[in-house]
Amino acid sequence: MKQTTNLRINGTSYVHEVEPRLLLIHYLREVAGLTGPHIGCETSICGACTVAIDGKVVKSCAMFAVQADGSDILTIEGVAASGTLGAMQEAFWNEHGLQCGFCTPGMIMASRQLLERNPTPTEAEIRHGIDGNLCRCTGYQHIVNAVQAAAKAGA
Amino acid sequence: MIPQNFEYSSPRSLEAALDQLAGGPDGSADGSTKILAGGMSLIPLMKLRLAAPERLVDLRRVPGLNYIREESGVLHIGAMTTHYEVESSALVRAKCPLLAEAAANIGDVQVRNVGTIGGSVAHADPAADYPASLLALEASVTLVSKAGERTMSVEDFLVDTMTTALEPGEIVREVTVPLEKSGAGTAYAKMVQPASGFAIVGVAARIGEGFARIGVTGLASKAYRARNVEALLEGGADAATAAAVIAEGVDANSDLHASADYRRHVATVYAARAIRQAISRKY
Amino acid sequence: MSTTISVTEKLVGKSVRRREDPRLITGTATYVDDLKLPGMHHACILRSPHAAAKIRSIDISAAQSHPGVVAVFTGPDVAGVGPVPCGASLPGLRVPHHAILATGRVYYVGHAVAVVVATDRYVAADALDLIEVDYEPTAAVADPEKALEPGAPAVHPEWPDNVSFTYHQEGGEPEKAFAEAEVVVKQRITSQRLVPMPMETRGCVAEYHAAEKSLTLWSSTQIPHLLRTLVGQMLGLIENRVRVITPEVGGGFGCKLNVYAEEALTSFVAMKIGKPVKWIESRRENFLCTIHGRGHVDYYEIAAKRDGTVLGLRLKLIQDLGAYQQLLTPAIPTLSVLMMPGLYKFRNISADIVGVFTNCVPTDAYRGAGRPEATHGVERMMDLLAVELKMDPAEIRLKNFIGNDEFPYATATGLSYDSGDYAAPLKKALDLVNYRELREDQRKAREQGRLMGIGISTYGELCAFGPSPATPAGGWESATVKIDPSGKVTVLTGASPHGQGEETTFAQIAADELGVPIDDVIVLHGDTAIVQYGIGTFGSRGTAVGGAALYFALKDLRAKIKKFGEMMLESDDVTFSGGVCTCNKTGNTVSLAQIAGMSYRAMRLPVNEEPGMQATRFWEPPNFAFPFGAHIAVTEIDRETGHVAVSRYVAVDDCGNIINPLLVAGQVHGGVAQGLGQSLWEQAVYDDTGQLITGELMDYAVPKATMMPWIETAHTTTPSPVNPLGVKGVGEAGTIGCSPAVVNSVVDALSPPGVRHIDMPMTPEKVWKVLEGARA
Repeated sequence: MKQTTNLRINGTSYVHEVEPRLLLIHYLREVAGLTGPHIGCETSICGACTVAIDGKVVKSCAMFAVQADGSDILTIEGVAASGTLGAMQEAFWNEHGLQCGFCTPGMIMASRQLLERNPTPTEAEIRHGIDGNLCRCTGYQHIVNAVQAAAKAGA
Repeated sequence: MIPQNFEYSSPRSLEAALDQLAGGPDGSADGSTKILAGGMSLIPLMKLRLAAPERLVDLRRVPGLNYIREESGVLHIGAMTTHYEVESSALVRAKCPLLAEAAANIGDVQVRNVGTIGGSVAHADPAADYPASLLALEASVTLVSKAGERTMSVEDFLVDTMTTALEPGEIVREVTVPLEKSGAGTAYAKMVQPASGFAIVGVAARIGEGFARIGVTGLASKAYRARNVEALLEGGADAATAAAVIAEGVDANSDLHASADYRRHVATVYAARAIRQAISRKY
Repeated sequence: MSTTISVTEKLVGKSVRRREDPRLITGTATYVDDLKLPGMHHACILRSPHAAAKIRSIDISAAQSHPGVVAVFTGPDVAGVGPVPCGASLPGLRVPHHAILATGRVYYVGHAVAVVVATDRYVAADALDLIEVDYEPTAAVADPEKALEPGAPAVHPEWPDNVSFTYHQEGGEPEKAFAEAEVVVKQRITSQRLVPMPMETRGCVAEYHAAEKSLTLWSSTQIPHLLRTLVGQMLGLIENRVRVITPEVGGGFGCKLNVYAEEALTSFVAMKIGKPVKWIESRRENFLCTIHGRGHVDYYEIAAKRDGTVLGLRLKLIQDLGAYQQLLTPAIPTLSVLMMPGLYKFRNISADIVGVFTNCVPTDAYRGAGRPEATHGVERMMDLLAVELKMDPAEIRLKNFIGNDEFPYATATGLSYDSGDYAAPLKKALDLVNYRELREDQRKAREQGRLMGIGISTYGELCAFGPSPATPAGGWESATVKIDPSGKVTVLTGASPHGQGEETTFAQIAADELGVPIDDVIVLHGDTAIVQYGIGTFGSRGTAVGGAALYFALKDLRAKIKKFGEMMLESDDVTFSGGVCTCNKTGNTVSLAQIAGMSYRAMRLPVNEEPGMQATRFWEPPNFAFPFGAHIAVTEIDRETGHVAVSRYVAVDDCGNIINPLLVAGQVHGGVAQGLGQSLWEQAVYDDTGQLITGELMDYAVPKATMMPWIETAHTTTPSPVNPLGVKGVGEAGTIGCSPAVVNSVVDALSPPGVRHIDMPMTPEKVWKVLEGARA
C-alpha cells in the first residue's frame, strides 16, 4: 500500500505517494529528479548515495523514503543552490579531489559533516571521517588535501 | 537490488508499536513482522532479498526511546539512540568511555548517524562491536512487550548468531550499564575486516581492583564473556598469560578473512592489547 | 594545489584546475543511470547461480503475466544476435561461441539466462523471482592449474583439455644462456584475480527508431566508436544508423574497454518492445559479470652471472581466461610477455603462455593489463637474484639497466624502447628516502626485533597504445579542431576520457597552440554522431596518442590561420602568435576571430585554401611510448598479527613531458591505490564449485581512505621521441610500479627469519603463516 511522504529537499517541499519499499536514493533520483547522489553498491559500503537528513549524513540506499517522512534533506544539488559553490566544492575543485566524479557528491557531503563536527581535523581524522565513502580514482590523497584546504578556508 | 514489498507502519507510541508488532487478529506475533530501528543491518539484507519481512514497524517516531541519562549510578540508553549519539555523548565519554570507544568503532559516520544501540544488540551479529563492550560492562537490556517488561543481562540476551532471547512481540527498550564507582580501566581492541569494517576479532577489557571483565566479539558464533581470562587476571596473571587462554575450547569462526586457527591466535593478541591498555587506563 | 593562470602564460605544464569539475562537484553531471527518456522501460537480468549446469527448462510464464512486465526473453529468442566479440587473434585460438543469453548450458555464476523488461526496475526485479529455471548442475573448475590437470571438468565440453591457446615467444638464445649461467633462481609467482570496480557500474540505455531503423545506445564505455561498430554487427544494423553516446563515465580502469552481452541485449530488447530500455548493472552483477583482471600463475626462472649480470629470463605463464573470450581476453597475457624484460638487458628470453578456460567470469584488461603482472614477475626475480647473490637490490638494478646511450633499444621480445634514463628515477627515489640511512634504520630495527622492510621496484611499461599493427582495431587516434566564426575553439577527440581530465589537458594544448584563453576552448568526446571515428581511452594512450592527433590538427589550422593572416594583412611576413596574426613589417594585426570570421564569410580566400576553419587528423603513432620509474615502499610488519603497515611510499615516475602536474599526481595516487589494493587486500576468490566468495563490497576489500599511506611523488623527465608532445603516458604507472615495491618490501622485512617469497594479497593471516612457517 502506498503511503504519503512529505519531504523537504534542498529547501523545497515534495509530497508523493510511494511504496514503502522505495529506497530513499531511488526517491531522490527518480521521483524528485535529483540525480546528484549516486548508487555504487547495495550493501551500504560505498557512500556514493550520501545525503544529509536533518543535518546528519546517511547512506540513502540504506533507508526507505517513508522513514525520512517529515525530514529535511540536503543533497549535493542543495550545497550550491544559491549558484555559489560551497567552500568544500571549491576545495575539491582546486585540489583535484576528484577524477571520474562518481563518488564526489557523497564524498563532499561526508567531508562537510566532518568539518561541521571537527573544524580542524588532522590527516588521520580526515581519513577516518571519509571511511564510509569509497573512491577508486584518487587514492584519497587529493581529497585529504581538499578537506584540509576547506578547513583552512573556514568551511 | 530491490527489496520485496512490505507493509510499513510508523507508530507514534510504544503501545501502538507493540500492538502492531503483535499483529494478527489473535494478537500473537507471527514473525513476519519485523522491527525497523536504524535499518543498517536489516535494509541491506532486504535489498539482497536475504530478508523479506511482510511488515515493518518503524520505531523512529516512537517518542521516549532516544535518551542517554544517568540514574542512581546506572547509565540508561534508549534503544533508538544512535551510535553517533553514544560516541559523542559527554556523559558516556566521561562515565563509560568503553561504550563510546565501541560506538566510535562501528562502521562509518553514515552508519553511526543512523544505526542504533537497540538495533545492534537485537540483530546479534557475531562480529558487531557493541556486544563485546556491553558484556565487559555487564550491561543489561530491558525488553518490553504487551505482557510487560523484563530485564536481562546482555550475556543472557545474546543466544547465538543473529539469535537473541527476544520473544515474538518483544522490543528492546533500553540498554543499561552500571557505572563504575571508581578506578576501572577499559579498552576495546579490534582487528578490522577491511572490506566490511566489522570485527575479525574485537576484545573489550574492563579491569578494576580485584576484578576483570573481558568481552569478545568476532571469534565465535556469538559474542561472549571470556571467564577463563577474567579468572586468570583476577588471580594475578599478566596480560599475555591471561590472554593466551581466550580461545580455549572456543569453536572459532572461519572465513576468507581469517581461518579459525588464525582467529584464535589474533584473539589472544588483541586480548593482551586490550588488557594492557585497560590496565594503563586504571585510575 | 592548482594555479591561477594569466592569459599570456603557456598552459602546458601548469596545474590548471579541471574544466570537468563544476558539473561533477555540483551533482549536475549526467551518468547513464541519470537518463530518463519518455516511455523508458527497465531491464533486469536473471543470472545463473551455478558455475556449470545444463539448463533443462525455463518457465517464464509467471514472470510474463506479472503486472508491469512487458516482455521476457531467453536464449532462443536472441539466437539471431551475433556473439559477443573477441577482437584478439592468436594462432590456433579457441573462441567459444558467446551468445548474449545462455542457451542450453551456463558456464559461470552470473551467466545471463533471461531478461525481463518492465515499466520500472522494482517490477522487473520482482518478476525475476518468478522465472523458474531447471538446472542440472555439472562439475565445475575454477582454478586454472586444476583445470589443466588430466580428468578435470571440461569448461567447454568440446575442448576437454580446457586449453584455449598456447603461445610461445623467444628472443636470443635462452637455452644457451641458462646452460651457461652461473646462477639460476626459480620462483612461482601469482597475480591474483581482481575486480576492477569502477565506482559506477556498467549500464546502458537503448532507444530504437523503427522508422529510421536507427539505434541510439548510451553506454558507460571507454570505446564508443568500437562499440558502435561491433554492437551494430551483433544486431545486424547498418553502422551509420547506430549512434553510441557515452555520457559521464564513472571510471573504467579497462573493464569498460569491452563490448558486453548486455549492450546488445538492451538494444535488442528496445528494438523488440519499441520503447527505450535502461539496464543498470548492480554491484553484485558487477562483481559476477564484468570482466576481472590479472589471474596469472607464473613460473619464472632467471639466469645470471655471479657478479649479478642478468643473462636470461624464462616464463611459463598460466592465464586464467574464465569461461569466454571477451574483447581482448587472450591478448592480455601476450602484453606480459612483451614487457617481461623490464628495464634490463635481458638478451635471452623464453615465454610460454597457456590460456586456460575456467568456470569463472572472463578476465580482460584491468589497469595495466598484463604489464603489472610482468613487472611484478621481473621485479620479484631481480630481488630474488639479489638475495641469492647477497647484493643490494638497488645495486643489482643499476648494474643491469639498459644504458642511456642504447636508445632506441631493441628488446629480446621485439619491442623498441623509445627513450630513457632508467637510473635517474631510482637514484632520485633512493635520495628521497635517504637510502643509506634507511638501511641503517632497518639494521637498528632488526636489532630491536622489529620487522622493517625496504622494497624497490623499477618498472617500465608499454604505453600509448599503440601502433596499429600491434593493436586490435587500430592504434591511432583522431582529433578535430573547429574554430567558429567568433573565434571560439571546439576540440573533438576520438579518445573517450572518463575521469582522466582530457577536457582540461586538451584545452591546455589547444589554447597554447592557438594563443587563446582556455575558456575559449571546449573539448567534446564520446558521441559517435558528433565526433569523428576514434579508438578510445585505455592503455595510457589518451594524451600520448589522442593529444598528438590534436597537436597535428592544431598545426594544420595554424598554417591555415597564417595564410588567412597573410592575405588579410597583405604581407608574406606574418607571425601567428598569442591569438593574432601580426605583420612583422608594419606591426598591423588581425585577430583569430577576424580570421575565422573571414574564413566562413569567404569573400576572399588565400590561394589553394578552402573556406572554413576546421582540421581533422588521424594520427598513427610510429611506436609505443615507454614510461618508467622507481617506487620504494617501506613497511613494518606486526610480528604478532602479520599486519603490514606501509610507513612510507615514494613514487618517482618518468612519464615524459607533463601537461598538467596536478592531474599527473592524481593518476599516480590512484594507480598506487590500486596497486596497493592488489598487494594487500583485493582478491576475487572463487571456491572449488565456482562460487565467487568475494562477490560484494562486504568481502572484497577496496582500499578506503584509512588504509592508504601518504604517497610522495616526484618525477624525472625524459621526453618521448614518439610523439610531438614528448609525453609517455601515466594512467597505469602507479599500478604497475606499486605491487613489486610492496611485496619486495614485505619479503625484505621477513628475510631475517628466512622468508624468500610471498604471494598477493599479503593479508595479515598469510603473512603471519609465512612467518610461522619460517620460525618453525
